[in-house]
Amino acid sequence: MLLAILLTLVVGPPLVAWLARFGRLNAAWGAGAVTLAAAYALWPALQGAMAGETQLQRIAWLSAQGLDLHFRLDGLGLLFVLLILGIGLLVILYARYYLTSRDSMGRFYAYLLLFMGAMLGVVLSENLIQLLIFWELTSLASFLLISYWQGRSDARNGARMALAITGAGGLALLGGFLLLGEMAGSYELSVVLASGESIRAHPLYTPMLVLILLGVFTKSAQFPFHFWLPNAMAAPTPVSAYLHSATMVKAGVFLLARLFPALSGTPEWSWLVGGAGLVTLLVGAVVALFQHDLKGLLAYSTISHLGLITLLFGIGTPLAAVAGVFHIINHATFKASLFMAAGIIDHECGSRDMRYINGLWKYMPHTAILAIIASAAMAGVPLLNGFLSKEMFFAEAVGAATQLRLGWLLPAAVTLAGIFAVAYSLRFIHDVFWNGEPIGLDRTPHEPPRWMKVPVELLVILCLAVGIFPSYVVEPLLRVAASGVLQGPMPSFSLALWHGLSPAMWMSVIALVGGISLYIARAPLFEIYARLAERPGMYRRAHHLLERLYLWAGAVTRLSTPERLPHMALWVLLFAMTLALTGALQAGAELQGGRTLLPMDLLGVVTTLVLALAAIATVLLYRQRLVALTLLGAVGLVVSLIFVRFSAPDLALTQLSVEVVSIVLLLLALYFLPQQESRATSPWVVRDLLIALLAGIGMALLTFAVLSREGQSISGFFLEQALPGGGGANVVNVILVDFRGFDTLGEITVLALAALGIYGMLDGIKLQGPEADSDGRRWDPDLYPPVVATLSRLLLPLALLVSMFILMRGHQLPGGGFIAGLITAVALVMQYLANGVAWTQARLPRNHHWLITLGLSLATATGLGSLLFAHPFLTSTFQHLHWPLVGDFELASAMLFDLGVYLVVVGATLLILVNIGLMHRESHTPLTDAEEEV
Amino acid sequence: MSHLLITPLLVPLLAAIGIFWMRSQPQGARRHIARALSTLSVLYLNLVALLLISAVSGGQTLSYALGDWPAPFGIVLVADRLSASLVWLTALLSLAAIAVALRGYDARGRHFHALFQLQLFGLNGAFLTGDLFNLFVFFEVLLLASYGLLLHGGGAARTRAGLHFVVLNLLGSSLFLIAAGLFYGLLGTLNMADMARLVGTVGAAERGWVAAAGLLLLTVFALKGALLPLHPWLPNAYASASLPVAVLFAVMTKVGAYAILRVETLIFGPLAGPLAGLYQPWLLPLALLTLVAGILGALSSTRLALQVAYLVVGSAGTLLTAFALDSATGLSAGLYYLPHATFAAAILFLLVESVALRRGALGDRLAPGVRVADGPILGALFFVAAVLMAGLPPLSGFIGKWLLLRAALDHAQAAWVLAVVLSTSLLAMVALARSGSLVFYRGEGGDALPKSLPALGGELLALLWLLGLALLLLVAAPAFLDFTDATALQLLDPQHYIDAVLTPHVEVP
Repeated sequence: MLLAILLTLVVGPPLVAWLARFGRLNAAWGAGAVTLAAAYALWPALQGAMAGETQLQRIAWLSAQGLDLHFRLDGLGLLFVLLILGIGLLVILYARYYLTSRDSMGRFYAYLLLFMGAMLGVVLSENLIQLLIFWELTSLASFLLISYWQGRSDARNGARMALAITGAGGLALLGGFLLLGEMAGSYELSVVLASGESIRAHPLYTPMLVLILLGVFTKSAQFPFHFWLPNAMAAPTPVSAYLHSATMVKAGVFLLARLFPALSGTPEWSWLVGGAGLVTLLVGAVVALFQHDLKGLLAYSTISHLGLITLLFGIGTPLAAVAGVFHIINHATFKASLFMAAGIIDHECGSRDMRYINGLWKYMPHTAILAIIASAAMAGVPLLNGFLSKEMFFAEAVGAATQLRLGWLLPAAVTLAGIFAVAYSLRFIHDVFWNGEPIGLDRTPHEPPRWMKVPVELLVILCLAVGIFPSYVVEPLLRVAASGVLQGPMPSFSLALWHGLSPAMWMSVIALVGGISLYIARAPLFEIYARLAERPGMYRRAHHLLERLYLWAGAVTRLSTPERLPHMALWVLLFAMTLALTGALQAGAELQGGRTLLPMDLLGVVTTLVLALAAIATVLLYRQRLVALTLLGAVGLVVSLIFVRFSAPDLALTQLSVEVVSIVLLLLALYFLPQQESRATSPWVVRDLLIALLAGIGMALLTFAVLSREGQSISGFFLEQALPGGGGANVVNVILVDFRGFDTLGEITVLALAALGIYGMLDGIKLQGPEADSDGRRWDPDLYPPVVATLSRLLLPLALLVSMFILMRGHQLPGGGFIAGLITAVALVMQYLANGVAWTQARLPRNHHWLITLGLSLATATGLGSLLFAHPFLTSTFQHLHWPLVGDFELASAMLFDLGVYLVVVGATLLILVNIGLMHRESHTPLTDAEEEV
Repeated sequence: MSHLLITPLLVPLLAAIGIFWMRSQPQGARRHIARALSTLSVLYLNLVALLLISAVSGGQTLSYALGDWPAPFGIVLVADRLSASLVWLTALLSLAAIAVALRGYDARGRHFHALFQLQLFGLNGAFLTGDLFNLFVFFEVLLLASYGLLLHGGGAARTRAGLHFVVLNLLGSSLFLIAAGLFYGLLGTLNMADMARLVGTVGAAERGWVAAAGLLLLTVFALKGALLPLHPWLPNAYASASLPVAVLFAVMTKVGAYAILRVETLIFGPLAGPLAGLYQPWLLPLALLTLVAGILGALSSTRLALQVAYLVVGSAGTLLTAFALDSATGLSAGLYYLPHATFAAAILFLLVESVALRRGALGDRLAPGVRVADGPILGALFFVAAVLMAGLPPLSGFIGKWLLLRAALDHAQAAWVLAVVLSTSLLAMVALARSGSLVFYRGEGGDALPKSLPALGGELLALLWLLGLALLLLVAAPAFLDFTDATALQLLDPQHYIDAVLTPHVEVP
């Protein structure tokens, strides 16, 4: 079974697509061969199934998750395999003549085989999830086939609607199967079918049933989901014949039949399934009569017949199920042949509108006879297969009526549907083949090629054979298939043409006579329908609904996904605050910990006040950017003072030098910004103020809570180990370059990345600087006052010496590569500021990349060195040295690492500042004489 | 002494340094050397990743003490199944990205390969570190490297999206720093195993503060992982990134998801006492809302790239839904879905760029217009990719969703999960059917197209590579699921992790 599916699903499509490159017809031959090969592969199993066996084939896959590849072939599967392969073969033959030279044969047959394989998978699945996988694949294949003529908007829209509706049903079905599997304890059909009682008694039975029925009803085009089917008629007619009458739309009723023993027999089942079936039966039959499009008539008729089958399963008696299976067979044969006939007519006339194609009897009598017989079968005329199953259906309707209050309504409604069925069948015959002459056709219709009619002939012969000799032709298959459905004892029935003057017989007579009368008196009805049809149908409404969905999704997205940065930032802050607050409140926390608080001293109070005031002033004066920046500098300075106050000289030094560098950087950037922010006040200023206040308070509380606690920590280890383990007395530096040297390696990488990022971003950007300051004063032509220039040049060696000193001593005393690097960078940047970029660049390397690269290389190489000695990355070593004149000192490998840090810091800082500075030079004029000389 | 754990970090770092020596915009021989270094690094990373995954597949948790300082005092790298598999995923994805980059995208700006390698350094570091502050450092490396990569190629849209990206993430960094400070103040350690050991012992007076710190951390990770309402930076950033960058970014949201998963299971896992399951009440509703927001965004997108970016948001929601189920089956489903979602996103980004190049001035706008050159093959690939992304049968996306739904059945909120996951699947399908139909079906003429289109070389190679991986995920699903099941069980047993890290010197094999 796996082989057959693989052949059609996996091997077939690429094969025929490839074959088509060597001639169009090869694709058809290939598709036919693949179908026959699949039939051959299935042949032994089919014989077994015919003998009444249920054959299983299991390939373990995701056993623990309940998803094995598990195939099953029993009577019901057998019936469907015959339909899929048999009609498939006929459709392949038919399509070879139907498609014109402009249509890609390879693509068509590839899609068709894809569908065939998926459909085989549906009917051969033992595992429900596997069934669902194939089920969804049929929807996807159907999408491709309906949209086969991609240039046509009705094809595209029809395909998308079909996919949306059947896809939605498929997902509901997945949900239903999940529940069903939970109830039965397994996704295997054998288990599910055997545990019907416990399933029906389960509290989740109703939701499960509804979900599964959603899948069934969407697939089998049951009201109110039927509207996708008529619009799927934009597909090429072979597709309509195959998918949308004989096979795919039967997948829904197949599932009803498949799960019949497990799910049926409850009032919910009867009302939902029977109700949907009855309404669909009636709606389909009535609407079919008024379609002017041949395929439209057939589509609604298909809907109606699917409703009939659904209703039969809804009635729920074993005999009704038998009748349902019988009608599946009969409908497939006569409807497929009718679609093919409609395709021939369309092919020969170039139109499918019954108001224009008339009187074709003269032009194509052979086709006409075939179509007439098939239509008569559709109407339920005796001696044809449709009559037999319809009789059984009428009998079941009468039987079910006795169980219900107002039960007589059921046979009445069913008879009414029968009347309409006769009427639309008659319309198909009379309008097309008689009813005057064709109107406005651009060609003279004639008989199609010989082999195009063969599939129709075969199907029509089947209609006749079943209708006349049912017990020989169809009864064995029907019994096997029905026993596959019921999984239990068969009810007794006989397929005969004459059952005496039963109520069903009378209903048939009424339907025939009534149908003919209705057709004769149709004119006023058509007028009423035309008025009704002006209102938008369900398809249009669904279409509008989808359009509205896109708009609505857009509206929601604009709300949920702000495009402006302040909004995004606001959400981050609000999110953080909400979570932290809720967390703290829910878990419970005391604000103050056990630590004794230090007394307030004057210095502390004053610094804190200055800090707070400077911060507030920065916010208040943010519009005057230069002032705000100065105040921000003050904030940073006070912070470094606080570090001094709490005996953290390394931090203070770092903070101080970072402060200088970042203020210079901001000043450089400020040049390109408007000097004053616009005056307009944001309407949200109060909101923003509140949030800022809350965030500040929250931060203060968190800080207080943590600082007021004694807390255990691992810092003791660092204090103890810095000198003996790390060879340095400055614990902060040993942490930076040794204990957590890896963090530092990461951070200098970040620094390098930032520098390169800025370099890359500024690359090729031209910005226009302002001509004058905010008060309209032009720039001072004296760019580099000599006093500053001279002083800075004098200072440079001294500054470099200091930075070297700080670098060297860093491992033992406050200092280190990071601080030293910043000091060097500041000293060099001063040269740029005081002497101009050109002067400085003539004396310093232009490109700072190599400094960064050298630094990174040095730091990484130091780390790698330890690998040579079989120690982990970045393991440090140190040596106590005595150097004459200088004295005793520790030489640690970590110092080399620190040198790397130093180089990266110098390089990155210079790269950033100099490149922003260079933009100034490009943006503002004029150059001084001195610069031009350089 | 085995250095297996540091190798995935050293390889890209050394490659980046080597590339730096080749200058910012290398020409001639230097350019070839830079490209060769980058490619070799990626190939070598794949080898190392395989070694790493085979070293942990037996259930070992390996640790590596940097600088030879014992945990919790120094920084440790830790590899368990989860970390190793993410390193592997990154390596696999980077192969596709480099294949595309070598098609000339790397020459459209400066420092591409160096930034690319440092991005890999950051990713591997984030996945392997066992130290919270070190995780912060790697987040910074990632942030700066991806900012540089995002701007790669220049242009206003990139600069704008890049600015949003960097500002928001710097805000996130500040929160991370605050959270790390709080943790150090309250627990006295930043080693994650040590934190996990200590969280359960926190007294009632401090518990709320630890919770606050943990939830601030969740904010940071949610920002990285694009969890609603912190996702808005993602769509424009991803949609405007240049192709190799977008491909690599497919794994970026997974860093956030990884961090959430790690902290959720290790620090606030079963050993956390009253603080166990701290993230639970937030995660599930937010993840489901993210899924909805992502899919609705995809429905309303007017550009194909933007639609894919929103689908990435949606898949982040799906992934975190699975993680939020807090069960072995849920975690396993999520871990299966994670590589699938990564491949699917990368595949779609590849297709979008290839299609946009072949529609002339129309680009990736969702509007009818010129016929797409190479339409049949790209259309077929798009169909497959759409099925993959929407989670339809029979591809790996369906398996992932199926596992998720099954895992959800045991959860108290099963109905919500089922309803949201199923209906968003439908909407994703509708959205992709619409855009596929607009782009591939409604084309007329091809006159507006540039005459000389580059052949589908590296892109196609990368596409087939990723599609092959996605297919492997399907075909070898039993093997993958055995692995993810084992990973889930390992995650739910944090004591094992703690012992492996804190017990002095477990020799690395």
